Amino acid sequence: MLDWTRQTLDNGLDVIVHEDHRCPIAAVNLWYHVGSRHESPGRTGLAHLFEHLMFEGSLHHDRNYFTPLQQAGAAVNGSTSCDRTNYWEVVPANALDLALWLESDRMGWLLPALTAAKFENQRDVVLNERRQQYENRPYGLASMALMSALHPPDHPYHWTTIGEAADLRAATLDDAHAFFRTWYGPENASLTVAGDVETGAALAAARRHFEEIPAGPARSRPAGPPRAGAPEEERRLRLEDRVELPRLYLAWRSPALFAAGDAGMDLLAHVLAGGKTSRLYRALVRDRRLATDVSAAQNSRELDGWFCIAATAVPGRGLAELDEVIGAELAALAADGPEAGEMERGLAQVEAQFVYDLQTVGGFHGRSDQLNAYNVFAGDPGFLDRDLARYRAAGADEVRDLARRLAPSGRVALSIVPAGGVGLALAGSAPAGVS
Amino acid sequence: MAVDRTRLPAPGPAPAVRFPAVARHRLTSGVVLRAARHPGPPVVHWLLSWRAGTASDPADRPGLAALTADLFDEGTERRSGLELHDALDRLGARLGVRVGADATLVSLTTLERHAAAGLALLREIVTQPRFAADDFERVRDLRRSRVRQMRSVPAAVAERVCLETLYRGHPYGHLGIGTDAALSRMTVDDVRRFHRERYRLGAATLIAAGPFSGDAFADVAERVLGGRPDPEAGGPEPDALPAAPATPSARLLIVDRPGAVQSALRIGHVAAARRTPGYHALQVLNMVLGGQFVSRLNQSLREEKGYTYGVRTAFHFRRAPGPFVMQGSVQADATVESVREVLDEMRALGAERPVTPPELDLARSALTRGFARGFETAGQVARGVAELVQYDLPDDEHDRFVPAVAAVDAPTVTAAAARRLRADRAVVVVVGPADRIEAGLGALSLGDPQRVDGRASAP
Repeated sequence: MLDWTRQTLDNGLDVIVHEDHRCPIAAVNLWYHVGSRHESPGRTGLAHLFEHLMFEGSLHHDRNYFTPLQQAGAAVNGSTSCDRTNYWEVVPANALDLALWLESDRMGWLLPALTAAKFENQRDVVLNERRQQYENRPYGLASMALMSALHPPDHPYHWTTIGEAADLRAATLDDAHAFFRTWYGPENASLTVAGDVETGAALAAARRHFEEIPAGPARSRPAGPPRAGAPEEERRLRLEDRVELPRLYLAWRSPALFAAGDAGMDLLAHVLAGGKTSRLYRALVRDRRLATDVSAAQNSRELDGWFCIAATAVPGRGLAELDEVIGAELAALAADGPEAGEMERGLAQVEAQFVYDLQTVGGFHGRSDQLNAYNVFAGDPGFLDRDLARYRAAGADEVRDLARRLAPSGRVALSIVPAGGVGLALAGSAPAGVS
Repeated sequence: MAVDRTRLPAPGPAPAVRFPAVARHRLTSGVVLRAARHPGPPVVHWLLSWRAGTASDPADRPGLAALTADLFDEGTERRSGLELHDALDRLGARLGVRVGADATLVSLTTLERHAAAGLALLREIVTQPRFAADDFERVRDLRRSRVRQMRSVPAAVAERVCLETLYRGHPYGHLGIGTDAALSRMTVDDVRRFHRERYRLGAATLIAAGPFSGDAFADVAERVLGGRPDPEAGGPEPDALPAAPATPSARLLIVDRPGAVQSALRIGHVAAARRTPGYHALQVLNMVLGGQFVSRLNQSLREEKGYTYGVRTAFHFRRAPGPFVMQGSVQADATVESVREVLDEMRALGAERPVTPPELDLARSALTRGFARGFETAGQVARGVAELVQYDLPDDEHDRFVPAVAAVDAPTVTAAAARRLRADRAVVVVVGPADRIEAGLGALSLGDPQRVDGRASAP
């Protein structure tokens, strides 16, 4: 399903092409292997801020990037995670050169156009994004509280991608320039073109646009496993927020992306809360009617992952009751493991998700995005088969053993409660101290 | 050869894009099938469409349609909810339910090899729902909890107050989820009645998209949904909708959110129906004003002034005239200025600041050149067919879109703005810190601000 061709330019840029002629569109997707984990305490939020700054103009097009792309009928977006930043466009196939021109110009020539005025304006936009998506939104500060509790202060996953507001306000134009020079070079990037294109012509076009950009300076990467291990004791935290109903988050450190146990944890998440046949949905929402919703997820990251279970209490219930039921379900899975039917269903859901995501050449999790993900994180754009294989190989015994890791010691339990509702939190919870 | 960086590359000639041909079949049961062959991944998208949505809620039961549809996956006569989901999961199938103002869509996406089994499950779900009393209570209570949670979401509060003010007493005047008071009064018999009256298979259109021919789709559909003709197939006709109030009962409404760092805004008025003759002109107009990133309002409020993460405008075209709405959240100290600017731009676009040639070109190009990617997947194609069904649009409606938009000129946009953007009767809803914004808003010639309790809503 996912044929591809890859070439690496002299400057280190990987170029991948995938042909699909059914729709006259082309997806251009560019990954920079830089995310929030490449920032430093005191200067968090820069990678995400660059997601904004990259649209404000470059030396040869010192104007808004959205205008020519909209003119071409493009869909445009980008995102920043702990580990990487992606930028993508989906354009009519006849506008491929425009997309490549813009992506290459901002890779090679952004800094001459990156002025103090643009920097300050986009910082204001990001501060408003922080308000809208985190500060003024129910439960919006949960990720800040969880990340800071799961990782020590100097750990690269301690802060979230949006960054601390104080850090954003303190950052200077020089900080931004230095960050860009370090991380946004062709040797640190992967470009995929997918859609109604011819491989040879697409490779040649990419080469033409990117080959004159010099590779960035040699730098030392933060390497290897995390600097410190997982918390050894349970930490209980609470946050009062403008919410109607209390919500409980339980979080643990977990296997890294593609590492042993990663696929198994993903399947465990399906067994626990993947739909209406799942253990926690049945126990909490359906049978005992203690929760309005419940979720579970294995959040895979390059250095390590984190596993989270979250449940919102129905009116009148406290979070201790939810915790008790969740604990009982985890204990049952740790003792007996999942049933065969649960494993089959989880696997069917995972495989279907692969197929449905790959219906589009562009967009988040579309083919071009997936090829880049496999290239950057696994070193192989063709990792799809091996990716699926590790799910098929994860058996009920492995899932049982993974469930045993979800013990109270080593977890962070965050209670978010309405103002004045501290009594609804888990007993012994300390204020979380995030803003 | 180095790239010429003195100018942007010009795109090549645009390929002609055609919406897939849609074959119509009438099954022996009277159900009409519209099928589109869409070569692509081995995925089939089935869609059942009814012309009944939240506007069909009884006046004293806002939220009934959405509650009824939400109960579809809680079990059938043969299977409990768990058994039903188990069957869906084993097929890797995705069930989707979307209840809009005028129509309800129930979809099932499956891998190609499960197309018939998926359609059989879909049939079972919509024709033999279990509607058990205990499931009803649980789901009803969950929805009451959701209504309660929405009180903490500024955008949801703004949305609700805006609709209730624009469409007071009208079937469009409530959110699909309804109100806590109405939900608390509902019974499972209400649900059964609504299903009997509005969601009968004979009244549905079946839509299919995927890598099958129209005939192949018809074969499967006939096998699964054919049979004894339903005497009531094809009806009932949707109720005629009353006219919306000509002027809103209030112009300026504030929901206090003490200490909030942003204000959530909804500014709008009753506008146009889907079949309005000026549809394409309004689409172009909207792109200029606030329909995409580079638009007057977003460029000004986000990019130039940094007041917001983003603002947008939209015409919500419905069977009857739906609302035109500007939406977004701005930092609290920029609330008054932002509201003033939105109203001023709405007015000026049809007066002293008409659309400029670059703006017109950008709006038309974005719509026409971006058209093809809107129909890449089987699901997108199926929803495109559903739009034709929902609004009685001609089969070539999608093929007409690009030339119709390309033909919209500047005088047309200006005239449409002057006639159909009504800043003079727009409603302004602000969810924000009243002590910081009320005085300034009160000075905007919208009349006295009305304070609205964010927790309450019309019973």
